[in-house]
Amino acid sequence: MTESSAITPEQVEHLASLSRIAMSEDELKSLAGDLSTILGNVARVNEVAGDDVPATSHPIPLTNVMRPDVVGPTLTSEQALASAPAAEDDKFLVPQILGEE
Amino acid sequence: MKYEDAIKKYDPVIGIEVHVELGTATKMFDAAPNTFGGGANTNVTPTSLGLPGSLPAVNEKGVEYAIKIGLALGCEIAETCRFARKNYFYPDVPKDFQTSQSDEPIAAEGQVEVELEDGTIVTVPVERAHMEEDAGKNTHVGGATGRIQGADHSLVDYNRAGVPLVEIVTHPITGTGERAAEVAASYVRTLRDIFRALDVSEARMEQGNVRADVNVSLRESPDAPLGTRTETKNVNSFRSIERAVRFEIARQATLLEAGEKIVQETRHFHEETGETSSGRPKSDADDYRYFPEPDLVPLTPSRDWVEQLRATLPELPAQKRRRLLAEWQFSDLEMRDIVNAGLLEAIEDTVTAGAKPAQARKWWTGEVARLANQEEKHPTEIVTPAQVAGLVDLIGQGKLNDKLAKDVLAGVVAGEGEPAEVMSARGLEIVEDTGALEAAVDEAIAANPDVVEKIKGGKMQAIGALMGPIMKATRGQADAGKAKDLILAKING
Amino acid sequence: MTALTNKSALELAAGLASGEFSSVEVTQAHLDRISTTEDDFNSFITVTDEAALATAKDIDAKRSSGEDVHALAGVPVALKDLVVTEGVRTTAGSKMLENWIPPYESTVHNKVKAAGLPVLGKTNLDEFAMGSTTEHSAFGNTRNPWNLEHVPGGSSGGAAAALAGFQAPLSVGTDTGGSVRQPAAFTGTVGVKPTYGSISRFGIIAMASSLDQVGPMGRSVADAAALHELLAGHDPLDSTSLPDEVGGFLGAAQSSELKGKKLGVIKQLRGEGYQDGVRDAFTAALETAAAAGAEIVEVDCPAISYALDAYYLIMPSEVSSNLARYDGMRYGLRVEPEAGPVTAETVMSATRAAGFGDEVKRRIILGTYALSAGYYDAYYGSAQKIRTLVQNDFAKAFAACDVLVSPTAPTTALKFGAEAAADPMALYLGDVATIPANLAGIPGLSLPAGLSDGLPVGFQILAPAREDVKLYEVAGPLEAALEAAGGRVLDTLAEGLTK
Ligand SMILES: [Mg+2]
Ligand SMILES: [Zn+2]
Repeated sequence: MTESSAITPEQVEHLASLSRIAMSEDELKSLAGDLSTILGNVARVNEVAGDDVPATSHPIPLTNVMRPDVVGPTLTSEQALASAPAAEDDKFLVPQILGEE
Repeated sequence: MKYEDAIKKYDPVIGIEVHVELGTATKMFDAAPNTFGGGANTNVTPTSLGLPGSLPAVNEKGVEYAIKIGLALGCEIAETCRFARKNYFYPDVPKDFQTSQSDEPIAAEGQVEVELEDGTIVTVPVERAHMEEDAGKNTHVGGATGRIQGADHSLVDYNRAGVPLVEIVTHPITGTGERAAEVAASYVRTLRDIFRALDVSEARMEQGNVRADVNVSLRESPDAPLGTRTETKNVNSFRSIERAVRFEIARQATLLEAGEKIVQETRHFHEETGETSSGRPKSDADDYRYFPEPDLVPLTPSRDWVEQLRATLPELPAQKRRRLLAEWQFSDLEMRDIVNAGLLEAIEDTVTAGAKPAQARKWWTGEVARLANQEEKHPTEIVTPAQVAGLVDLIGQGKLNDKLAKDVLAGVVAGEGEPAEVMSARGLEIVEDTGALEAAVDEAIAANPDVVEKIKGGKMQAIGALMGPIMKATRGQADAGKAKDLILAKING
Repeated sequence: MTALTNKSALELAAGLASGEFSSVEVTQAHLDRISTTEDDFNSFITVTDEAALATAKDIDAKRSSGEDVHALAGVPVALKDLVVTEGVRTTAGSKMLENWIPPYESTVHNKVKAAGLPVLGKTNLDEFAMGSTTEHSAFGNTRNPWNLEHVPGGSSGGAAAALAGFQAPLSVGTDTGGSVRQPAAFTGTVGVKPTYGSISRFGIIAMASSLDQVGPMGRSVADAAALHELLAGHDPLDSTSLPDEVGGFLGAAQSSELKGKKLGVIKQLRGEGYQDGVRDAFTAALETAAAAGAEIVEVDCPAISYALDAYYLIMPSEVSSNLARYDGMRYGLRVEPEAGPVTAETVMSATRAAGFGDEVKRRIILGTYALSAGYYDAYYGSAQKIRTLVQNDFAKAFAACDVLVSPTAPTTALKFGAEAAADPMALYLGDVATIPANLAGIPGLSLPAGLSDGLPVGFQILAPAREDVKLYEVAGPLEAALEAAGGRVLDTLAEGLTK
């Protein structure tokens, strides 16, 4: 494992916030160790794959799969909201939103 | 610092991102209806709600519309392109990622000719147009203002989630100087007109069908590197776009003058005050972790399909202007006036109906415009191109002169009928009876010996003094050319 | 154990068709077996006895009125709890979806319903299919019917245990990196990972979209083939679904021979670091195949050495995005933070902290890292290139042979808790032989190849993409040859299980 692939708890904290998972100090530390180990192993993919190798994003090469613009069945609002943790006025009730996207 | 001073001191650079909602029957990635109205959370499928196990499927019409937009903007349509996931958490984004396109947009590198108020043409460079989906709609409940801050909670309706969008991103628009704000607004207006001409969207700003994000930065001079930019989000009327750009330029100039730095951030425009306020700074949270959408396969629009779509494109406003300018041989200034007066279509239709371009232009921008102005109406609201063409035709046949034609026009405007009908009803047709004309000429010559002397002496313009009495005697129906010929024949004869 | 639960799916189908017994009898026998063994195995998260019997009754009625029904109609099946079932709780093995009742139907369940197979219930799995032991379920461990101290493999551990424990004659699993084949290997059953796109993913809760594939499982190659035929086919709701005609699997399994078949042993997967017993069983199976007329050749697939690395970048990347939607806003668990302001953001973070287990969190964080600006090219981008290299190697290899073969897993079923001791990478190494097929999209099958210390060993067959039929052309006669030589592996267990 190279120095550069060592992940710090601070980095994990940032990743945890990016992925919206609250984590304790202990979790951050233990994950930093795990990630360092894993990345230390898998980072070699970077050395094998040269610029001349194309990337494969889809295992089977299909293209142009499209559907006609025809309305299909929909859910009722009751169905849509049946599993909602909270609802009001046929809408999903969510906690207050801070900031903007 | 005021806008006027700011743009003297600094070179503004703007960039605009426009989102347009496509008018397809269904959403971009699922078969829920793409319609407004109806109950909340009724136009949804498992896919629009991002339910576990649901998958997207591309709407072919959405792709078609995106290609049309790309072509209309003069873009290259990609031989191959893909969808990508833009990952960010937000309650109105059902999957907590937006299906969009990243480094492989369907259309890239085009340009839009934008005509400003005074007819100046500005070419706006387009970087890309890509397909993506809209988010749901939040209603903020509780809190004093109804805005996000201070709200107790929000209610989310996913009816809009998944509605097809095309996002059009410009390259930095430079060289606009003091007209930066006007260019920004005119550009979005031009896009709106294009969307409508293409029939890909209702393109109603007030409905949010078209939404603009405006980037503004300032630099010391046109050869200085680009300054730090701000992005004012969701400015939703042409006037607001203009105001937002003006405000940002003035605000940034003030900061720069004071030696302060511009913060790269998103900002919000406030309709009531015309000001922008700080949203959130650019941060690591803007790491969207784009990657190719594994649930959708690449698109390779065939060249045949692209060419078929190109063939269906209507003539766009800028193309039409260029074509008509060449066909009509007007001056740039004349053309500009016509466009500004909103008479391009009317004149084109009048020419199509048989009138000569110069005549059509003369009547629409002259007497028709004057009458319309009196009634506080647009010229096209008081007469039709066919009527103007009819009027011009009567003049061409020699049945009306310009003065009589004005009377006929007044009758047409008053609703008395078509030009020919008004002409007969009002008895305005030019008199063909040379006897009556001769009598009137003789009478005028006899009554004005001094004028006759002047004409004999070579002062040809003195003929005008005889025309008044002749016209009076013939109730204006005399053909001025013929009367003049007669006068000369009699005096010199 | 009854005569009915010991029968294969095809035997049951034949008996139902001839009127020897009814679907209600068959279904009830399996439900009874479940209720007497669930305390031991914990294969199921949810048992749907009423619905299963209702379907059975309906099929019996149709049969007796002479209506045409599917060949497998009335034969019970168990669905991995990653398959969405409308109106029936679908958990993905996660606390996050503990009480989620889907308002829609998966294509897989629609096909099962249309064919009239009574669904016994939803089987246990590692949370969101992440794991290879079924220890990562929020609903307790599933135990291996061969030895309750041992894991059944995973993530389709419940599906495999239900088969090996004679609770169900057919199971539907999913395989992202070996999650059908490895538990099949650990339980002495047959598990198939079809060509990517062969079976619709619509309504299959996603783990890693470009790798996930539904897999039919059974106690014999022919049973798996019959279920594969039932499940496969084009689905416009899944844009990666293949437009190919499917069929002929069962026929291929039943009437092919090994004579003249070329089996390519993958040099990189022939046993370095594998358990001795695994290697021995694999070698013995090759000898059996050779004795039956198969030609054994060795092929070199160098890129496979990097497949595991590429997989552990691509998989977590897609996981990090696919699992973002579990945010407590629209469905599933919602947890408010213990302290601090209650906002959408803090509720999302608290919900995901409480709802996801450690392995899921680890993969989300890893994937978030691999996709991050500045790391994308080195990690995700490079991994996608390895994928190309693996595909190229397979293409070359398949030019030299009909199918490729290897042990399915380096070990037999481990004891519970073994993974806690190991570092994550050592554990991930267990997937080394199965992962390449997912990366390349090609089909793979695991069938039992004898025992090692009383636990089953799996033999893996790989075929070219969209030529799944080749799996069955080899697996069918190989199974027959192995059973002729050493008896049916599961019979050993069946004897011991008789209660
Ligand atoms: Mg944008
Ligand atoms: Zn956008």
